[in-house]
Amino acid sequence: MRTVFKTSYDADINLFRHPQQMGWYLALFAVALALPFLLSNFALGEATNVLIWAIACMGLMILVGQSGQASLGHAAFLAIGCYANILLQTRLGLPFLITFPLAGLIAGIAGALIAMPMTKLHGIYLAIGTIAVVILVEDFIVIATPLTNGVIGLIAPPIQIFGLVIDRYSTPNLLYYLTLAITLLVVLFYRNLLRSPLGRSFAAIRDSEISAQAMGVNVARTKTVAFGISTGITGLAGALMGHYAGIFNNETFNLIISIQLLLAIVIGGLGSIHGAFFGAAVVAMLPQSIAVARDFLTRMIGGGSIAIPGMETAIFGLILILFILFEPMGIYGRWVKIRTYFELFPFYRKDMFRRQKAYLKTERMR
Amino acid sequence: MDVLQLIVSGLANGCVYGLIAMGFVLIYKATEAVNFAQGDFMMLGAFICLGLTNPQFMGLPFWVSVPIAIAIMGAFGYALDLVVLRRMFGQSQIAIVILTIALGFVLRFAAGVIWGHEPISLASPIAGRDVRFGGVVLGLDEVMVIAVTGILTLLLYLYFNRTKLGVAMQASSQNQLAAYYMGIPVKRIHSLIWALSGMTAAVAGILFASKGSIDPSIGLLGIKAFAAAVIGGFGSLPGALLGGIIVGLIEPFSGRYMPSGYSQIMPYLLLFLILIFRPHGILAQVHAKKV
Repeated sequence: MRTVFKTSYDADINLFRHPQQMGWYLALFAVALALPFLLSNFALGEATNVLIWAIACMGLMILVGQSGQASLGHAAFLAIGCYANILLQTRLGLPFLITFPLAGLIAGIAGALIAMPMTKLHGIYLAIGTIAVVILVEDFIVIATPLTNGVIGLIAPPIQIFGLVIDRYSTPNLLYYLTLAITLLVVLFYRNLLRSPLGRSFAAIRDSEISAQAMGVNVARTKTVAFGISTGITGLAGALMGHYAGIFNNETFNLIISIQLLLAIVIGGLGSIHGAFFGAAVVAMLPQSIAVARDFLTRMIGGGSIAIPGMETAIFGLILILFILFEPMGIYGRWVKIRTYFELFPFYRKDMFRRQKAYLKTERMR
Repeated sequence: MDVLQLIVSGLANGCVYGLIAMGFVLIYKATEAVNFAQGDFMMLGAFICLGLTNPQFMGLPFWVSVPIAIAIMGAFGYALDLVVLRRMFGQSQIAIVILTIALGFVLRFAAGVIWGHEPISLASPIAGRDVRFGGVVLGLDEVMVIAVTGILTLLLYLYFNRTKLGVAMQASSQNQLAAYYMGIPVKRIHSLIWALSGMTAAVAGILFASKGSIDPSIGLLGIKAFAAAVIGGFGSLPGALLGGIIVGLIEPFSGRYMPSGYSQIMPYLLLFLILIFRPHGILAQVHAKKV
């Protein structure tokens, strides 16, 4: 086991804990840079999709993993980011470099405004209220048909940055690099947020609202800020998703997408950036692997193809249940456990990662 | 008598929402957890009754299959808590929220596999008959829904406030540790409340199925029921019914007097207004947050 011996204050705020860790991440970055030369265009598109999902997952992770609030409405903010980005481009003729951050900003402000009345209440209210947000946004897109083109949908123009045309089909590797760059920026932001006073107060609220309040954290305001930052990042992912999908309408961002996002971060591992990436990979790859498995099964059994409607969401649901029951810390948590086992080799104990259980108390008086 | 019929059908719909809302208010009252699969419980209850009653499945008489369906849903609720939810005891409420959402998906899939995705209607003796009060013609199904809901709400309310078990349920939610000290078997109480909530969902499902055809996606009504519960005051049984009725009444009236597309979003807009101006609902249960 490695003991990091800190000799300066900088050691506490360094991005990497020790040089070897930096080496690993640089190697990963090099692989990510080399990916367009290794993969076919289709696989590269899938990799881009995973990165976009990872951004969305990081957005939700800030809320669920860091500040302990649940949102079932993040698809709505994907939609807001996506529509804001495209509409600013097509209606006002602004360039992507301006509309993209604006899309995040609009989604973030919308999120903070929506969350404001609910953050003073118990976390359950936020979960219910955000379900309502998804449904409202879906219907508003239809009501605002003159602007959003309703059920027919909008077509995303190719991204143009200083004359470079970035499109999923003609220049897939440029879209990949753009997404990779944005992902890196979001990761850096996330890492730095976590060690800022704001990030610390998120953790305090997650662990105990009452003790956070006692330490002088304004609980309602911090929750609102957390929701705003979270939806802002999700809005950025939505803007990219719009360009990636090419065409989208009111049903592109429905409740199922919200739930898949939640599934992704739970499976990946709550409260870690790694978890967001693992979860995004699982969710983006799962439909493909289900299709492959189904083809395999039909070949094994022979006979016609098995197509049961709703099976995909049911498999999502089942995986989610199994993870929550048996590995609440997700894929990343499992990896940490395995790593710790080898690091401490004969001394690993089963209960090392056991979580504290709490007795519940109500806030209702009657 | 247009308005009166709108009111009655709105009331009947509202009662179904209220019953679903009551199902998760029951669970919330006793365990502090929220069952996001309550709508799917309702769907399952309706389909079990349908499977027992309809001639193409088991073909039992309606009045025999209703108690059986309610009992099955009760057993299902109990078993679900015993097998799945008891493992979550003492963990964060958010985890339970996510778990029950996933459960809803699995239940919807299971119902789709067993009974198909086509809408089916329940062979119920109360469907399609009329009752006449003077000059007013009302559907028997709608009158039944309102009557049964009223009686059930009263019974549940009395149960929670007057019986020993009901008070024990309230105690186990108000302070789990103290409830343990007082000798209340908290875990068994939790299983019982899930059973009770499953039974309520079965009643809601049977009543809903009597009003029209059902398919596995009716579980999504649960989302409206959430709005109803928050409007009425989360954690209050009469509040759940009140909220359900308000949501049920808003829908037909806004559908009639407002441009199309607005009627389905009115309940959620009302939900937001309530959250802003009276956050704990009309019949609030929270007076001051104590540390």
